[in-house]
Amino acid sequence: MHLDSAFSALGDPTRRAILARLALGEATVMELAQPFAMSQPSISRHLKVLETAGLISRRIDGSKRPCRITPSAITEIDQWLGMLRKALATNYDRLDGVLAAMNLEERKEKS
Amino acid sequence: MTKLKLATQGDTDIVVTRRFAAPPEAVYRAHLEPALIQQWMLGPDGWTMPVCINDARPGGAIHYEWSNGEGGGFSITGEFIALEPPHRIVHVERMHLPDPTPDNHVETRFEPDGTGTLMTMRMTLPDTETRAAMLASGFDHGMEAGYVRLEAMIEAVTD
Repeated sequence: MHLDSAFSALGDPTRRAILARLALGEATVMELAQPFAMSQPSISRHLKVLETAGLISRRIDGSKRPCRITPSAITEIDQWLGMLRKALATNYDRLDGVLAAMNLEERKEKS
Repeated sequence: MTKLKLATQGDTDIVVTRRFAAPPEAVYRAHLEPALIQQWMLGPDGWTMPVCINDARPGGAIHYEWSNGEGGGFSITGEFIALEPPHRIVHVERMHLPDPTPDNHVETRFEPDGTGTLMTMRMTLPDTETRAAMLASGFDHGMEAGYVRLEAMIEAVTD
């Protein structure tokens, strides 16, 4: 997987949403286009970017070319989940400091 | 830090738990008073929260705005549904990116835990797809900083 193209591929909200959908299972272009209210050519362009980045693969099934997420893309999504955890952890570590300061204030007021 | 737990539950929920070394009264206040919220609800380093308006009563409005100091930012709006000091806050919120995201229903509970507090925050999204998109996008905010950090991290691993 090319890291540079993976990052630019993940930088677009529609492509992240497509990946999120594919995380639930294989889908055709038509199935992907429906919830996004986008034209099939437009979805196809996004799929091309994701495929070049190694985040999805496509197989041939008659006239259809269903897409599936690759294992490396699942790793990327796990990393996003890790980042959410990190953002929340950073917030709550700050909150620990705020609560300690509130406690000091309260003691000062009492004494 | 291993204090924070974050897990998906059922089809639509994300549950976050965290312990604090302060009683529920204090943790509850720190979730509602703008002067306190602005000190900690900031996300990645370097971000600030220039707008923090909340009308803490059922039906009251919530409006928070964050800035990265370089022209980037985003906001959320929402409404309070229930407030039960010092144990429970229920509200809905949506992000504006700038189009609004589907409503995220959030119930935050503060339970006594020894001399401290066990906080449980349950976020309920309208459906599985929305939750997946939300997780896949890392909540979508402040992600520039996230990208830079993730890139640095992966470069360090692959070098």
